Amino acid sequence: MKLPVRLRLSPKWAPYVFISPFVALFLIFGVFPLAFSLYLAFQSWEPTSGMSAMKFVGLDNYIFALQDEWFWKSLKNTAWLALASGVPQHLVAIPLAYFIHSSFKQLRNGVIGAYFMPYITSTVAIAILFSSLFSTDFGMINVGLQALNQVPILNWLVPDEAIDWLNDPDRIKPAIAMLVFWRYVGFNVVLYLAALQTIPKDIYEAAAMDGAGRLQQFWFITLPSLKPMIFFGVTLSVIGGLQLFEEPFILTGGRGGSDQAGMTTAIYLYRMAFDFNDFGAASAMSWLLFILVALLTWLTNLAFRPRGPAA
Amino acid sequence: MKLTSERMAPWAAYLVVGIGALIMLAPFYFMFVFATHSRTEIFSLPPPLFPGDDFMNNLKILTERLPFWRNLGWSLYVAIASTILTLLFCSMGGYAFALFDFKFKNALFGLVMATMLLPSFMNMIPTFMIMDLLGWIDQPRALYIPGAASAFGIFLMRQFVTASIPRDLIEAARMDGCSEIGIYWRIVLPLLRPACGTLGLITFIASWNNFIGPLIVMRSPEMYTLPLALRSLQSPVNTEWGALMTGSAIATLPLVILFVLSSRQLISGLTTGAVK
Repeated sequence: MKLPVRLRLSPKWAPYVFISPFVALFLIFGVFPLAFSLYLAFQSWEPTSGMSAMKFVGLDNYIFALQDEWFWKSLKNTAWLALASGVPQHLVAIPLAYFIHSSFKQLRNGVIGAYFMPYITSTVAIAILFSSLFSTDFGMINVGLQALNQVPILNWLVPDEAIDWLNDPDRIKPAIAMLVFWRYVGFNVVLYLAALQTIPKDIYEAAAMDGAGRLQQFWFITLPSLKPMIFFGVTLSVIGGLQLFEEPFILTGGRGGSDQAGMTTAIYLYRMAFDFNDFGAASAMSWLLFILVALLTWLTNLAFRPRGPAA
Repeated sequence: MKLTSERMAPWAAYLVVGIGALIMLAPFYFMFVFATHSRTEIFSLPPPLFPGDDFMNNLKILTERLPFWRNLGWSLYVAIASTILTLLFCSMGGYAFALFDFKFKNALFGLVMATMLLPSFMNMIPTFMIMDLLGWIDQPRALYIPGAASAFGIFLMRQFVTASIPRDLIEAARMDGCSEIGIYWRIVLPLLRPACGTLGLITFIASWNNFIGPLIVMRSPEMYTLPLALRSLQSPVNTEWGALMTGSAIATLPLVILFVLSSRQLISGLTTGAVK
C-alpha cells in the first residue's frame, strides 16, 4: 500500500502541509477579524442596509466614544470591579497557597481541587445560581449574614437589614466582585503553589537556624521569591478584569443593572453593536479598551520589573 | 511561647484552608440541592439545605419551556467537534513548529502567541459580521471551526513535542522509508497522547462553557447551546428558579465528573506557560 516515491510528501513541503489547516483558520478567524475591526472603527454603518452602506468617517467613532458619558461610566465600573475582585484574589491566594504548601501533605490534591473547581465550571450556570443566592429576602447569602448578626461581636460587622444585592446600584458591584473573586481565587492559588515549589527548602532551613520565625520567613523569603509569579498573576487579573463580561451580564440580566451600575465596558460595547446597531462605535470602543489593557499590562510590567542587574 | 505558636500554626492553617474550601464548594452543593426543589421552596425561609423531591417536576418545566434536550445535544455536538478538530490541527501545527524549519516560522509563531493575550471582546463584532457573510449564523460550525485555530493549543503542542520527541527519532523513521504523513500519524501522534488528553479536556470544557460565542452567532432558540438556553429562561418576573437550577446542575455535572477524574492533568495543563 506504499505510494510511489514521486507522489510522496517530501520533507521540504511537509511542514507547510501540517501547518496549513491551522494557519488558514487562524488567518480567517483570528487575524482577519482584527484587521476588519480596525477598519470598521473608522466607518459609519447600519448593518441592516448592507455592506455597501459603509461610510468612512475618520475619527468620529472615537470622538463619539470619548464624549459618551455611558462609555466613561462603563470604564469606571470596569475599573472598580477589576480592582475589587482582583486585589483580594492575590491578597488571599498568596497566604492560602503558603498554608497549603507548608501544612498539607495527603489532603493536598483534594484541597487544591476544591479551590480550582469554580474556575472550570460554566460561568452562566454559576452566575444563575448566584443570582438566587443573592436574592434579598430568601437568598442564602443574606440568610447567612442574618445568622452572623445573631452572634455577639460579629454583629458589628454585619448590617441589620437584608441587603438588596442585585437591585441596589451600590450593592450590585460588590455582588459581582464577590462572584468573580470566588471563581478565580483558586486559579491564583494554583499559580502561587507552583511558584512555592521552586523555592529551595534549604533557604528556609538556614533562616530557621538563624532564628527566623514563620512570619519572618514568609516576609523575607517567600514573598520576594514569589515576585515574578505575582507579576504574572496580576497581569492575568488585569487582562481578565478589564474584559469582564459574563458574570455581570448574567447577574444583571444582560442589561447592566439598575442605574447601569453593573455595566462593564465589554457589556456596553456588546450592547452598542447588537442592541443599538452601531458597529462602528462599538469597534472604536473595543480598540480604546484594548489600548487601556495594553497600557495597564505595560505599567504592571514596569512596577514589577527587577531594578538593577537582571536576576 | 514560641513553641506553642509553632505548634498552633498548622492547626490555624488547616482551619483557614478548610473554611475556604467549604466556601468554594458550598455553591455547588446548593446548586444540586436547589435542583431538587420547586421555586416556592427555594424562596422560603429558611432556604432548603437538603435534597427534595421536585427534580422530575423541574425537568418537566424545563423541557416545556425550552427545547432542552436539543440544546444539550448541540452543546455536546459542538464540544466534541471542536475537541477533535482542535486536537488534529494543533497537533499537526505544533509538530511542524517544533521539528521543522520553514519560511516565516518564527514570525508566524510570534503572531500566534501575540493573539493569545488578546482580549475576547476584540473579536466579538467582526466575528459576527464574518459569520453573517458566510451565512453561518445559527450554524454549529460557526462555533467549532474558528475554535480549532487555538493559539493555546499550538503553544501546548509545540512545548510537548520539543520536550518529548527527539529529532533523531523522526530522522530514523525517515531513513527507514516512512512517509511524512506516516511519521506524523504513526509516531508523533501516539507520542502526543498525554498532551492530546490535556488539550482535549481543556477544549471540551471551554466549548461546553462558552457563552459569548453562541451569544453572538446563535439566534434561534432551537439552535441555542446549553448556557444560552439557560440564560434565556432568566426573566425579570416569574423566573422558574427550580427548573433553572435543574438545568444549571445538568450543565455543571459533566464538568464536575470530568474534573474529579482528571483534576491534576487539567490543573497542570491550564497553568502551563506560567509554570515551567
